[in-house]
Amino acid sequence: MNLHAINAIYRFEMARARRTLTQSIISPVISTSLYFVVFGAAIGSRIPHVDGVSYGSFIVPGLIMLALLTQSIANASFGIYFPRFTGTIYEVLSAPVSYLEIVIAYVGAAATKSIILGLIILATAALFVPLTIQHPLWMLMFLVLTAVTFSLLGFIIGIWADGFEKLQLVPMLIVTPLTFLGGSFYSISMLPPFWQTVTLFNPVVYLVSGFRWSFYGIADVSPALSLGMTFFFLVACIVIVGWIFRTGYRLKP
Amino acid sequence: MTTMISISNLSKTYDSGFQALKTVNLDIRRGEIFALLGPNGAGKTTLISIVCGLVNASTGTVTVGGHDIVTDYRAARELIGLVPQELTTEAFETVFSAVSFSRGLFGKPANPAHIEKVLRSLSLWDKRNSRIMTLSGGMKRRLLIAKALSHEPGILFLDEPTAGVDVELRRDMWALVSELRRQGVTVILTTHYIEEAEEMADRIGVITRGEIILVEDKATLMHKLGRKQLTVQLQEAIGAIPETLSGYGLERTEDGHALVFTYDAERAQHGVAELLRDLATAGIAFKDVNTTQSSLEDIFVDLVKEER
Repeated sequence: MNLHAINAIYRFEMARARRTLTQSIISPVISTSLYFVVFGAAIGSRIPHVDGVSYGSFIVPGLIMLALLTQSIANASFGIYFPRFTGTIYEVLSAPVSYLEIVIAYVGAAATKSIILGLIILATAALFVPLTIQHPLWMLMFLVLTAVTFSLLGFIIGIWADGFEKLQLVPMLIVTPLTFLGGSFYSISMLPPFWQTVTLFNPVVYLVSGFRWSFYGIADVSPALSLGMTFFFLVACIVIVGWIFRTGYRLKP
Repeated sequence: MTTMISISNLSKTYDSGFQALKTVNLDIRRGEIFALLGPNGAGKTTLISIVCGLVNASTGTVTVGGHDIVTDYRAARELIGLVPQELTTEAFETVFSAVSFSRGLFGKPANPAHIEKVLRSLSLWDKRNSRIMTLSGGMKRRLLIAKALSHEPGILFLDEPTAGVDVELRRDMWALVSELRRQGVTVILTTHYIEEAEEMADRIGVITRGEIILVEDKATLMHKLGRKQLTVQLQEAIGAIPETLSGYGLERTEDGHALVFTYDAERAQHGVAELLRDLATAGIAFKDVNTTQSSLEDIFVDLVKEER
């Protein structure tokens, strides 16, 4: 293991986050706070409790998931795409570094950033609405697994993208809609039966449901299924990353 | 002398079908300065990129310090520092952190004293806290060299090191290469500036259209292929070259005031003495003679032209 290299890349990426503090921490916190003001305080007071939880509290896990998914992808995809764009990737590729080490460093840094962000949003939420966390360890488990999985997805997007536009494409056109439609702001039991079935094909449902269960003990699907699906996505991303490095896809001609 | 880099039967065909390297065989000796000379698109960068792990070879093997670049890539790459042709640098990092980053990447523990030494030797120390985007092109070039030297490599690749740099930096670069040679670092540089190869290299390889057509000690190469020219300044202009001198293949200058004799200085009987004697016999008086030797540039142009 080239630990010095992992350390170097990890710190490089974390330094980048510190430089862009406004973009990476402050702006997601502000936008999440806006959701609380609008949905929690303004509209939420007119919405009855969902499964015995006030609406403002109900949406907290979903909002954290929304930030976690989009920021994990944004961080990781930009982290690997930018060196490809400027050409500085040559240094990483010519260094005595294994692919595993490259992934650990880049994905580790991206996941760290989004976990920190998730915890900041959680703390912000606690200022607005009453929160209970029934299963704190499971909460952390879902948080970390989701951050890692979607940072891996971001890494894949960052390698696949050949322009800044494509970098935005997947988060904007796929991940954000899936998150909104994945029960972040509602329980899928509120939907007509047909749409409930359709929603079960949305992977984000399992992430949000499991995460919400760790807070309030209420869930749309069983926590075990949520955990299983999270692992399934994790393994799928690992398989794709493995393929990328084996073939040198978009990295080595 | 031991071999530092051994390249055997290496070829590369890109996915587009372009064959950048045909079968290349080359040994680089430990501690030498090797210049890879060739026109644009000859395959110089592809060859370097394969050795450094940036491009996958189609066929063939490369060992660096005895380590295969594929099966034992860690040991091979630890030995190598690469200065790329393009000015590819980060933008927002400081000079010092960028060079420290490179050192870590190559698996070496932090060593601020060494980084300071490298930065000072490249006149970058004053800029250590500057953001890279504020540096001039020449400074960025120095930075790339500093990054390549950050992990104390035994081999340094300089891909077109002086393309677009000013005279001062070029001088500095040459001084640096001499210093590295003194420390025993093997240096491989690619260039299409012949002057550079002539100034710095111990050995020269000429590559064109994906093939290495010649590898020779610089002195031997210039010796072997160097033509000499003897110019005879005449006291009075002549209209035509006399019959008796036709065997020498002389050329008369435009105004008829001089005769030019091209000969191979390596041959025992190159004919200079005979020519001068025959000139006297023919009654042609001369006031001055001088000789010129072809530069590496002429040799190179000849070689590449022949190939076409």
